Amino acid sequence: MNQNKYPWVKELGCKPCCELKPKIKIKNLSLSYGKRQIFEDINLEINTGCVTGIIGPSACGKSSFISCLNRMIEVVPSAKVSGDVLIDGKSIFDSRLDLNELRKKVGIVFQEPTPLPLSIESNIILPLKEHKFDHISERVEKALRDVGLWNEVKNILKEPANYLSGGQKQRLCMARTIALGPEIILMDEPCSSLDPISTDVVEKLIHDLKGKYTIIIITHNLAQARRVCDFVATFWYDGEKEIGQIIEFGRCIDIFENPKNKIVQDYVGGLKG
Amino acid sequence: MYQLTKKNKDFILESVLTINGLFSAIAVGLIFIFVTRESLPAIHLKGWAFFIDKSWYPLEGQFNVLPMIAGTIFVSLGALILASPLGLFSAIFISFYAHGSLAWPFRRVVELYAGLPSVIFGFWGLMKLVPMLNEIRPPGQSLLAGILILALMIFPIITLNLMANFRPSSKKYYRVALSLGMRKSTYIWSILLPSLKQQIVGAMILALGRAMGETMAVLMVCGNIVKMPTSIFDPIRTLTANIALEMAYAMNEHRSALFFTGLILFLLIFVLISVADFWRRHESWKE
Amino acid sequence: MERMTKFLAWLSAGILLLILVLMVQDIFVNSLRHFDFSFLSQDPLSGGRKGGIFPIIISTLLILGVCMIVIVPMGLGTALFLSEYSDEHPKVVHIVRKALEILSGVPSIVFGLFGNALFCVFLGFGFSIWSGGLTLAIMSMPLFIRTVEEGIRTIPKNYRLVPLSLGLGRTTTIRSIIIPYALPFVIVGGVLSIGRSLAETAALIFTSGYVDRMPESLSDSGRALSIHIYDLTMNVPGGDTNAYKTAMVLIVLIFITNGLFTIVLKTWYKKRIIL
Repeated sequence: MNQNKYPWVKELGCKPCCELKPKIKIKNLSLSYGKRQIFEDINLEINTGCVTGIIGPSACGKSSFISCLNRMIEVVPSAKVSGDVLIDGKSIFDSRLDLNELRKKVGIVFQEPTPLPLSIESNIILPLKEHKFDHISERVEKALRDVGLWNEVKNILKEPANYLSGGQKQRLCMARTIALGPEIILMDEPCSSLDPISTDVVEKLIHDLKGKYTIIIITHNLAQARRVCDFVATFWYDGEKEIGQIIEFGRCIDIFENPKNKIVQDYVGGLKG
Repeated sequence: MYQLTKKNKDFILESVLTINGLFSAIAVGLIFIFVTRESLPAIHLKGWAFFIDKSWYPLEGQFNVLPMIAGTIFVSLGALILASPLGLFSAIFISFYAHGSLAWPFRRVVELYAGLPSVIFGFWGLMKLVPMLNEIRPPGQSLLAGILILALMIFPIITLNLMANFRPSSKKYYRVALSLGMRKSTYIWSILLPSLKQQIVGAMILALGRAMGETMAVLMVCGNIVKMPTSIFDPIRTLTANIALEMAYAMNEHRSALFFTGLILFLLIFVLISVADFWRRHESWKE
Repeated sequence: MERMTKFLAWLSAGILLLILVLMVQDIFVNSLRHFDFSFLSQDPLSGGRKGGIFPIIISTLLILGVCMIVIVPMGLGTALFLSEYSDEHPKVVHIVRKALEILSGVPSIVFGLFGNALFCVFLGFGFSIWSGGLTLAIMSMPLFIRTVEEGIRTIPKNYRLVPLSLGLGRTTTIRSIIIPYALPFVIVGGVLSIGRSLAETAALIFTSGYVDRMPESLSDSGRALSIHIYDLTMNVPGGDTNAYKTAMVLIVLIFITNGLFTIVLKTWYKKRIIL
């Protein structure tokens, strides 16, 4: 691997984790759509400030899993969740909890770059206003600087966001999420519809964000997981029980260099998946 | 506090939109209530006399509506019989036989038919069609004139409805049919149309409803004489034309009787819509 | 069979085209023979046989205006309700849909009776532009709502997920995202409703009335173009020439709204492709 291009890759594997203190505790989490069980009894601890990757083949419930973490799963009327997710020790399924506050705290970046049909700055301003932030223009600038977009868009802030290129759109979406000051950022294959150069920028960004935010990222790209993640969870679809499950979780370096599970061995070795 | 105000805002919007949405339902209720309310005196006073009186002489208190119900039914069924093939074949023309650049303009022609005011149809019918029919058999203003004009007014409903249904089924089967070496007509008559039976009937019911409710065109070309027609060259009066003609000077019982005919129309249309709805549900159930 | 089908298809298309051409040509030829632009700016004389249709055009526009003022906010609100709240209030949405279906099937003469009973008599508006415009508004509501709602339903799913994921409230989402997105459809729906309302006669006879003078206020009776045509042909002997001219004016107005509809739709499509 090119050391200069990926300066944060200090050794084969990943930079050691930032803080080994669990931010999210997932307990016996199960999900079903109607009668179809998607996954069952998932237990996982996500460490504060780390980048946790979720890898695995398509259609084994990865996206559904992370959309449980900010309760976006409730958009699907037939979805039924059981078990619990604790963020800083508090359940997100608590009935007294304000859903909009939760989603402010747990941001998500979708697979498709999805700026709203507004101007570039309104994309960031609208949620800021909704959550009653002050110093809005400073926050917009800071968020755009954080994602490295400021210099590219500072003169066209009033233009429609859809005029931007794919990579710029995705970074705008990240800026929109970051501007709200989340504690956790979920990313659902953020690079899958981007070209290699934009992917590179986004990966660099993820590295910069590490430590400030707890990041969970789904990726199909094993090399990418290896480049950006501290921890990796491998999802696999169990053909017999017809449900998705986590078959191995551990440090990135362990999963890639020394997997215990036979399936994971084959998967990261390129024999399976 | 902040949470509370936000929830209030959403709650207000939701209530406003819900009440606003209910307005349409209230409007239907109001139509029913007001038309019924105004026709109650006549129902109370006359009851079955509406169907057994000697004839319709409102100023003498005779209110037999049967000739007009018959007029309405004859003219709209006749129009439907003409409009169905016209609608069907023009839909087939646009979807299968019009070459690319012809399909769109012809579609606009059909839409124009749908958008032209009924008073224009009536006016043209009175100016051109009625004199022509008068040469064949006087008086010209007749059931036939009504049928012809109404057919022109309601066929677009059938055409546009069928075209909307042709497209999705054709996407599925047309290529397969062509790849099997079928001719267009074989595909249309043995695959496409049988698969759309319900939709065709549904569209015809809608068209029938429109024909029964049509006022101005039939008022202008049908002659408006209250009599059971014995041939298609006889003048007729429909329920709708009757209301339009007499509302201007109707008082008391007469006015109430006119509202009663309106109520009959409203109920007839209501039944038709329910039937069309049933057909559609029956069809979706099959799928 | 193939030849038969093809023949019948071409035949019916030919007949329809021919009749339309004959009809429009007859009206245009007969009215252009005597047409003069002062027709548009003069008052009608001797029951409409002579003179122009200026007050009638104004009455028509006023009736349309009242109709649009009611229809746009209420129709947009109902369309939003139907598309945004169908999960929370499935029963109410179902009722509203049924009601709209019935409303779109009710014959226009029944709307006329209803408008007469409710607005003219019960609420005491009398024969007036108010009564006519409000009756037309109720009548054209289903068409407007259907157009706008179908438009709102084309909104990409992401534009709904993203606001949720950012914790935006319902009100903000509807105001800042859904309504701007729906605006072109509101224009299209408005144009369609104007076309529908222009064509209407039966619902107006007993609501906005016959009076062919210039209305002094919205509580005055005003005669719409379509009623003028009807009255000239049926009740005024010798009114044919002016009936032809008025019919042409009405057809031209319908053509214009049709053209507007196409233009709005096309420019809107272009815009959406860039966005």
